[in-house]
Amino acid sequence: MAMVPTGHVLIVAAMLVSIGAFGVLLRRNLLFMLLAVEVMLNGAALAFVGASARWQQPDGQVFVVFIMAMAAAEVAVGLALILQIYRRASTLDADALDQLRG
Amino acid sequence: MTQVFYIASALAVIAALLAVTRSNALHAVLYLVLSLFALAIDFLALGAPFVAALEIIVYAGAIVVVILFVMMMVAGAATAHAQERAWMPPRAWVVPTLLATSLALLTVGALAISGEQAIEITAVGPQQVGAALFTTYLIGVELASVLLLAGLVGAYYLGSDD
Repeated sequence: MAMVPTGHVLIVAAMLVSIGAFGVLLRRNLLFMLLAVEVMLNGAALAFVGASARWQQPDGQVFVVFIMAMAAAEVAVGLALILQIYRRASTLDADALDQLRG
Repeated sequence: MTQVFYIASALAVIAALLAVTRSNALHAVLYLVLSLFALAIDFLALGAPFVAALEIIVYAGAIVVVILFVMMMVAGAATAHAQERAWMPPRAWVVPTLLATSLALLTVGALAISGEQAIEITAVGPQQVGAALFTTYLIGVELASVLLLAGLVGAYYLGSDD
């Protein structure tokens, strides 16, 4: 069977989380920010699966199932919010939503 | 299987990078789907077939399709990629690149120092995952169902016209 160092799995996970953070910082369109958050969640899921493989325990995979349930709820509410923002402001520009600025 | 892991990982990272930087919304979503599929192969290579199947069915199948629906609903925003490109001028790349690169270098460096030995991978199947899910983590399953219900009600309320 396969031999993969745990460190390498975690390095890939860290790279995915960094890419997601990069996307959230770079983008101004709310839809793309949500997309980048999905990339970050997948990095976390990979770290959990790596831990599950390292100790031969199902617990890590159980937490990936929870991450997916959380991601589904987050996407549903997030997209509804984005639709509502689009209806009110007619733009998805995160920088345009500054009505609370004093 | 070891090579499969490294090839799929490279694919997942490159596709994720493309997904967060493309100016065309549909291309970005398709790159995200590619990244998710590559990650599902990673999960298979790491001996997690149940999670690999869920990744494809729930993530690539359901979550991404919902994102696509909304992109179609805000049609103007999805097609305006000249606008999208104007929102990402070269100077907007500097700080995110610096921050994300330093974050990646710090974590990768810390992981490289703690030299872990190679692990023998044997599959942890759906049976074991299901048994753990509905015994040890039963309270978590209940909480996840409450969270999904809250998400459903919240999305219905926020999505309705007023």
